[in-house]
Amino acid sequence: MSSGQPIVKFTSVTKAWQRGSGGLQKVSFAAQKGEFLFLTGPSGAGKSTILKLCYMDELPTAGDVRVSGLSALGATRTEISKLRRTLGIVFQDFRLLEDRTAWANVAFALEVTGTHGRAIPARVQKVLERVGLGAKMQSLPNELSGGEQQRVAIARALVNDPFVLLADEPTGNLDDRASRAVFQLLRDINASGTAVMMATHDLDLVRSSGLRSIELNKGALVFDSSEAPLPEREH
Amino acid sequence: MRLALREVWTAFRRAPGLGVLSVFTIAFSLFAFGLFGLVAYNTRIALERLEERVEIRAYVTEGTEAEAVAAAVGDIRAFPEVASVTYVSPDDALKKARTEMAEFQDVFEPEFLPASLEVRLRAGMRDPVQVKTVATRLGGYSFVDDVRYGEEWVQKFYTMRRAATVAGIVLGIAFALAAMIIIGSTIRTSVLARSREIGIMRLVGATDGFIRAPFLIDGLLKGFIGGGLAVGLMWMTRTALTVTVFKFEFFPPPVLLAAVLVGAVIGLLGSSLSVGRQLKRV
Ligand SMILES: Nc1ncnc2c1ncn2[C@@H]1O[C@H](COP(=O)(O)OP(=O)(O)OP(=O)(O)O)[C@@H](O)[C@H]1O
Ligand SMILES: [Mg+2]
Repeated sequence: MSSGQPIVKFTSVTKAWQRGSGGLQKVSFAAQKGEFLFLTGPSGAGKSTILKLCYMDELPTAGDVRVSGLSALGATRTEISKLRRTLGIVFQDFRLLEDRTAWANVAFALEVTGTHGRAIPARVQKVLERVGLGAKMQSLPNELSGGEQQRVAIARALVNDPFVLLADEPTGNLDDRASRAVFQLLRDINASGTAVMMATHDLDLVRSSGLRSIELNKGALVFDSSEAPLPEREH
Repeated sequence: MRLALREVWTAFRRAPGLGVLSVFTIAFSLFAFGLFGLVAYNTRIALERLEERVEIRAYVTEGTEAEAVAAAVGDIRAFPEVASVTYVSPDDALKKARTEMAEFQDVFEPEFLPASLEVRLRAGMRDPVQVKTVATRLGGYSFVDDVRYGEEWVQKFYTMRRAATVAGIVLGIAFALAAMIIIGSTIRTSVLARSREIGIMRLVGATDGFIRAPFLIDGLLKGFIGGGLAVGLMWMTRTALTVTVFKFEFFPPPVLLAAVLVGAVIGLLGSSLSVGRQLKRV
């Protein structure tokens, strides 16, 4: 599973904000192809910042972030757009377009990346069925439960066949049952080969899953579970 | 492309007032420009017609030797500006006057009308300055009593034409700037209204060009419609003027096409100047 190039590699990444404190200090880690990786730590620790650096919404102040071979150093805006087509991104607040059906929200991601129109319906249907929303494709977001809305967002993230899914507290707005179900969906997605990086506050979930986790505190990486039980090849 | 057009339509439905306002400002900028252009254009046509008739008449002193006049005619023909020189004897002048003003034909007696030289200038050499030069030169002959040409008329037409051109350009530019500013703020509004959509487009990997496209098409379309509207307004004005004043010529099709294209350029420019700045904010 960890053979070959890492899909995400942080090398001594420092992020300083123009205003205010926080940010990251010399964070290094790598995520391998097909891996499931939790990001944990208290509020303000830098979890969201790490995910933003992964999809290059933010760029490092020092150090380098490499995602799928693209270095944040000197990446052009077009390269960043192209990179994002190969990533799936999911947020706590779903970020759906309220005036469009579940179907249209997912199709939107294909349309704006220039997918051929005729290929769209089949792909949208397939991915909505995969997340368990085959029966609610024509519903508007406000006609769906939080869990269902997050499934639409996940479907939208998956429709371009990403190699990694970046999820920022995807269960943060959901009750226990819905959280477990969404988490199970992410594990299924991971089992079929897509890597997942998920920021979360749910430490029980992290511990019981036995998956790799990285803990941050005040912008510094304080614990990487992959380094404790197994010896790491690279830093 | 179809997606971009759909976005344009959605944006228009969200703020139809602003959309209509920008279309009208473009239309008025071109209309102001066009209206004065129309006056300038018609003055020019009138001038050309008038210029064809520009003639300089040099009245010959009574009792001048025929040979002296004949020699002078040869000289004058050799002037670079001169197309033709005709000697009009008192008899000819009388005949001409009688035919042109039939109702007064009994009034004219040969003694009243002096002999004259009728000088016509070549096309392209009939502007006020050249006419005056030739007139002065004719005045230099000792046998010439008086030189006449439509001095004031020619001058007036030229002034009018220049004023119309300047007024048209100044007003047109002012309106065009206003149009661009209004289009710019329309775009700010629609970028804000669509900030959520734009954010999601960016997340899933839409390029800047793709995100910008609907806004540019929006500006371009408004410009086109505004340009078309301006042409319509100009045509209506022309028709009204023709009925009430005198026959106005309308612009030839290439000029009308250019007007519509200029509208499109104003729209495109207004939106492209604004969209980059606005997109950075969301
Ligand atoms: N654009 C920004 N400008 C300035 N400071 C920022 C910016 N974004 C984040 N920060 C700061 O960086 C720190 C880390 O923020 P981040 O959002 O990564 O935390 P987090 O671990 O995701 O927290 P939470 O669990 O509450 O979501 C915080 O102190 C935050 O205030
Ligand atoms: Mg966060």
